[in-house]
Amino acid sequence: MKKISLLLVLTLIASLLCAPCAMAEEVVNVYNWYDYMDERVFELFEQETGIVVKPSYFTTNEDMMVQVRINPGAYDVVFPSDYCVERMISENLLAEINFDNIPNLQYISSWMLNPDYDQENKYSVPFMWGTVGILYDSTRVTEEEASSWSVLWNEKYAKEIFMLASIRDTLGVALKYLGYSMNTRDPAQLKEATQLLIEQKPLVKAYQVDETKEKMVIGEGALAVVYSGDALYAMDLNENLAYSVPVEGSNVWIDPMVIPATAKNKENAEKFINFLCRPDIAQMNCEYIYYSSPNDGAIALMGEEYTENETINPPQDVIDRCEFFHDIPENYMTIYNALWSQVVNAK
Amino acid sequence: MMDLHLPAWAIWVMLAGLAVFIVMFIIILRRNHGVKRSMFSTPYALWMIIFTIIPCLLVAYYAFTDANGKFTLDNFISFWDSNHEMNKELANLGFDPAAMGFTRGMVNISTLVYSLWMAFLCTVICLLIGYPAALFMAERDFKLGATLVTLFIIPMWMNFLLRTIAWMSLLEDNGLINTLLVSLGFSRVQLMYNNSAVLLGMVYNFLPFMVFPIYNSISKQDYRLTEAAMDLGAGRMLTFIRVTFPLSLPGVVSGITMVFMPAVTTFFIPRMLGGGNTEMFGDLIERTFLTANNWNLGSALSLIMMVLILLSLGLLRKVDPEGEGGSMI
Repeated sequence: MKKISLLLVLTLIASLLCAPCAMAEEVVNVYNWYDYMDERVFELFEQETGIVVKPSYFTTNEDMMVQVRINPGAYDVVFPSDYCVERMISENLLAEINFDNIPNLQYISSWMLNPDYDQENKYSVPFMWGTVGILYDSTRVTEEEASSWSVLWNEKYAKEIFMLASIRDTLGVALKYLGYSMNTRDPAQLKEATQLLIEQKPLVKAYQVDETKEKMVIGEGALAVVYSGDALYAMDLNENLAYSVPVEGSNVWIDPMVIPATAKNKENAEKFINFLCRPDIAQMNCEYIYYSSPNDGAIALMGEEYTENETINPPQDVIDRCEFFHDIPENYMTIYNALWSQVVNAK
Repeated sequence: MMDLHLPAWAIWVMLAGLAVFIVMFIIILRRNHGVKRSMFSTPYALWMIIFTIIPCLLVAYYAFTDANGKFTLDNFISFWDSNHEMNKELANLGFDPAAMGFTRGMVNISTLVYSLWMAFLCTVICLLIGYPAALFMAERDFKLGATLVTLFIIPMWMNFLLRTIAWMSLLEDNGLINTLLVSLGFSRVQLMYNNSAVLLGMVYNFLPFMVFPIYNSISKQDYRLTEAAMDLGAGRMLTFIRVTFPLSLPGVVSGITMVFMPAVTTFFIPRMLGGGNTEMFGDLIERTFLTANNWNLGSALSLIMMVLILLSLGLLRKVDPEGEGGSMI
């Protein structure tokens, strides 16, 4: 009896000691948005390269930035939005990518390269792009109504509206409705936008991000501010739903892939980014998450089904009236945060 | 071999704990009375120091410093006036906050008051539901008692996030309850995304913490006391008021503590069931840390919360000097 228990204790100790050796496998730590990749891609990447993908997820850019700052070395590939890349470059949080390891960059549309947020194209590779707009139930809301942000302040739709629980997106909607820039630093304009959102609050059903698309599919609301990919996902499951980018203009964005300066597996990260730029893989992701692809190779593979869809491939006039977000410096962000706090806690 | 992905530090903590215990056992087996049994608490004491005391000190440090690590009381002023930092920044940028209509911000104070109010309501409702339930379950000639106890425990095996999300599919406009109402010919009611839904979620999640301490204190009572009271002519009602209830008070105090504390620091439930329409103090702290990236203010808010909880524990000590309430935590 004693011998058996001794054996058990020894096995336990041995197995505990061996756990660290099992961790010596090749890995790439991917920090991505929720629902932002066809996860079969991970398996394919593992099969082809033997590198294990370890994913973790975030809901908003602001949350992601905090985690990248406080967890050096935790992530190898991150998917921030354009304006955050600008901030991360200025804070020296990003590593320069060795583009020799990313031959598939040739498939990326040329208008996506050397963007404002990374002018020399040293730190980022575009993953997806899209717009922000209104997803609406066409049996209850007319196309004309949905063509303006004003519909979100229409009392007819009280308690039928979903807004984004995301500081810049939601303040941006109010700013655009007022005819201001989404990148404004004018406190008076910001105050006006805040006031507008507080006035709207009794009409809003909920402020959320990832949950909205499913709620719209089952008919929990008439209107929702969403990202274009979420809109297409929902429209695919419920044919009554439609998407519009209001005439006052909206946000167009690019979500690139970047490598943190502290990444522990930089080469694996480059291999992974290159893999995601391969046309068939980019197609898999595009067809799974419904956002617009910056990958010409993937677009050629998808053909007319892609090019004729205006939600995923918006016409030039839509893009022209949209605006990219730019980084807002910390001192102005203090103003944004205080005003957003007032919106969140208005009764 | 199964790959558990244990981080290296966890393995070393476990091995160190194991080593300490083995050494302790050997010493005790040798009947060396120079060693006190309290030394067995060494691993726990270490754990407390590393994961409770040091973090608390860090919270206090952040609360009293600014982003550059200099001493300041600004974070507490920001608690009182949530626009304080913004107005300071505006002044730095050459604006006049007062002239622009930016006055004192009530966000933090009103969120705290709202949280205390919700926690109070939640505790009262839990007590009103939980006491009779515990009384029933502890009743000697109630055969289903054990079954009921099990039924109360089973939901606790599930993760609390999952339980809260499950409520969403019940309460939605097209959820189970509304579908049932409509099929019975009633009109739809909006059950989700309001205060009542948040309160419901809180009561549901924290009810077991009220029921079990009360159940314990009632079922531990010496039944002969009840019999004696009845023998001496007291009716059922009088026996309950004069004997059973006073003896169950420690359980009630314990239950109140165990419900009120998690209730006042609730987060996530307001976001899911309340649809983010209002924040509770827990959400506010989370947002201050994770979205606004203001660790100093976040720490000050946490510190204020901790002091409030300590104060309420101190008050309970006065009501319950035996310390039953405290011992349960």
